[in-house]
Amino acid sequence: MRNTTNAEKLSKARIDTAQRSAKETASNGVVIDCNIDELYYSTFKAVRDTSIPVKKNRITAFIGPSGCGKSTVLRCLNRMNDLVRGFRFKGHVHFRGKDIYHPSVDATAVRRFIGMVFQQPNPFAMSIYNNVAFGLRLNSYKGPVAEKVEDALKRSALWDEVKDKLQKSGLSLSGGQQQRLCIARAIATEPEVLLMDEPCSALDPIATRRIEELMVELKTRYTIAIVTHNLQQAQRVADNTGFLYVDTSDGGRCGYLVEFGESGQIFNDPREQYTKDYIRGEFS
Amino acid sequence: MNTQDAAINPRITPGPPDPVGPEVNPFADVDFCELERSLRRPRTLVDLLLSNLVSAMTMLALIPLFSVVLMLLWRGGQRLSLDVFTQLPPAPMEQGGGFGNAILGTLIMVALAALISIPLGILSAVYLAQSRPESPFAGAVRFGAKILTGFPSILAGVFAYGVLVLTFGGYSAIAGGVALSILMLPTIILTAEDAIRMVPAKMRDAAIGMGATPTQTTWMVLLPTAMPGILTGIMLAIARAAGETAPLLFTALFSNYWLFRGGFDLKQPTASLAVLIYNFAGMPFDNQVDLAWVAALVLVLLVLVTNLIGQAFSRRQIHE
Ligand SMILES: Nc1ncnc2c1ncn2[C@@H]1O[C@H](COP(=O)(O)OP(=O)(O)OP(=O)(O)O)[C@@H](O)[C@H]1O
Ligand SMILES: [Mg+2]
Repeated sequence: MRNTTNAEKLSKARIDTAQRSAKETASNGVVIDCNIDELYYSTFKAVRDTSIPVKKNRITAFIGPSGCGKSTVLRCLNRMNDLVRGFRFKGHVHFRGKDIYHPSVDATAVRRFIGMVFQQPNPFAMSIYNNVAFGLRLNSYKGPVAEKVEDALKRSALWDEVKDKLQKSGLSLSGGQQQRLCIARAIATEPEVLLMDEPCSALDPIATRRIEELMVELKTRYTIAIVTHNLQQAQRVADNTGFLYVDTSDGGRCGYLVEFGESGQIFNDPREQYTKDYIRGEFS
Repeated sequence: MNTQDAAINPRITPGPPDPVGPEVNPFADVDFCELERSLRRPRTLVDLLLSNLVSAMTMLALIPLFSVVLMLLWRGGQRLSLDVFTQLPPAPMEQGGGFGNAILGTLIMVALAALISIPLGILSAVYLAQSRPESPFAGAVRFGAKILTGFPSILAGVFAYGVLVLTFGGYSAIAGGVALSILMLPTIILTAEDAIRMVPAKMRDAAIGMGATPTQTTWMVLLPTAMPGILTGIMLAIARAAGETAPLLFTALFSNYWLFRGGFDLKQPTASLAVLIYNFAGMPFDNQVDLAWVAALVLVLLVLVTNLIGQAFSRRQIHE
């Protein structure tokens, strides 16, 4: 039952896309407008005063020291934090102008528009083909599944390596291949936005480069938000960058957004002292 | 370590002996006795003793198992023939005969029990592992299941006797199946819950991140991934149920006839291998005692085959 309603929502939203694009140009192409005033895990205040606009067909990077809340903010954008008990936040996250935390919104539907790639490659224990087809099956996709799977694997630069063994388990691939499989799985359903939480941290430099190239290619069709510890990576791929830092002043460890802007500006001409220190520290 | 280091370290490559000075033994300061294995050292002695003790105990533990299997093959193998599968149990003093009806009865009652306990068990496990893992109700169910695994099987029989046999008037395959399912259920619940919990959290996150509903996550990711573990539990439960005698004495009793005498009827007393062994083993007739041995062998083989099938299934799941 829920299946069909979601599929309906999906197709309906596709139609709406065209009508809304006009409105988006007006709002400067911001697809996700995220505004977190205060975010708590139970009683622990994890993030405050962070507002990041994620723009269409751009790569937005979140950088900052460990524990400053980058993953937390990212996971807010598709309601993955709903799974954490004790999670609550003040503020809003607007996706195409609609509040995704509104009680009337179905979190699972949100995640079909805003896909996610995790830090650790996490393919399912099923064949490569079924991994990629998973999202299509979720949405009871009626069209040609095989074509979609091939297309997604090609776009994630994995097709040549796996085309002869589509029925092999996804877990039999190398770490880098698994991560690209996860990207293929995420883009097979053509989400609007792709959230990536340190997608390259488990990978070697060559696999990392491939994924970076992939991201730059993918941004022509999708909007990407990425968390990374690798400043060079942010510089190489990101159009916009947000720097988060930890505020320990009142005894807690509360992350907040220090500075947000074009990547060139953040890395070459940061306005805030913290940003300068962080970027210099990493480079020296 | 590079070659230069190796050359500098005299213990690794002593280098050419100095042609002028006396030859120096670079290993002079190493007491090689320290390295020798000696029984005089308590450490070595204790280790030797304990390792051998472990092996000996393992052998000892295997003796009953092997002697039972050998005995079964020896005593049961002799009379094993097609007849035992096709014929009915012999009357006292009668020669020949078989226990085809008991094999069928066991298969049917175990299948009935599986039909009841597998869906129930897996669904409860989903509830325990996934839906409400920390609710007090889940805790109570888990506790109950743990108690039930050690439940005396005769009580399951008495329960089914009270609820089904007395109410519906008569011993039956259905009552037998229900009694066996009571014994299978806790094993299935607990192993399936464990298997579902063992599915890596990142796979669940992946499914939810794709926009799967909790139900889709369970059916499309958790259960398929946990299937090998769940199957193992099912096999264990089936193996136990197939060998149970006490609950069947109270519920299915025994019958010397085929179950489908005059139409397939699950509502009449039904033979089973376990009860046949129990009945025949104590009889003063050689023929019956021999048949009890054959029946025991067949029962063990049935359980073995079920296990092999289960393993083949779970292996196919993994390598899909
Ligand atoms: N599920 C959770 N429950 C409670 N606290 C959490 C949870 N996840 C994160 N936190 C806390 O929130 C803060 C921010 O964590 P987060 O994972 O967002 O940091 P991060 O910037 O992604 O760090 P890293 O770079 O190490 O991944 C940390 O202090 C962390 O302890
Ligand atoms: Mg993180």
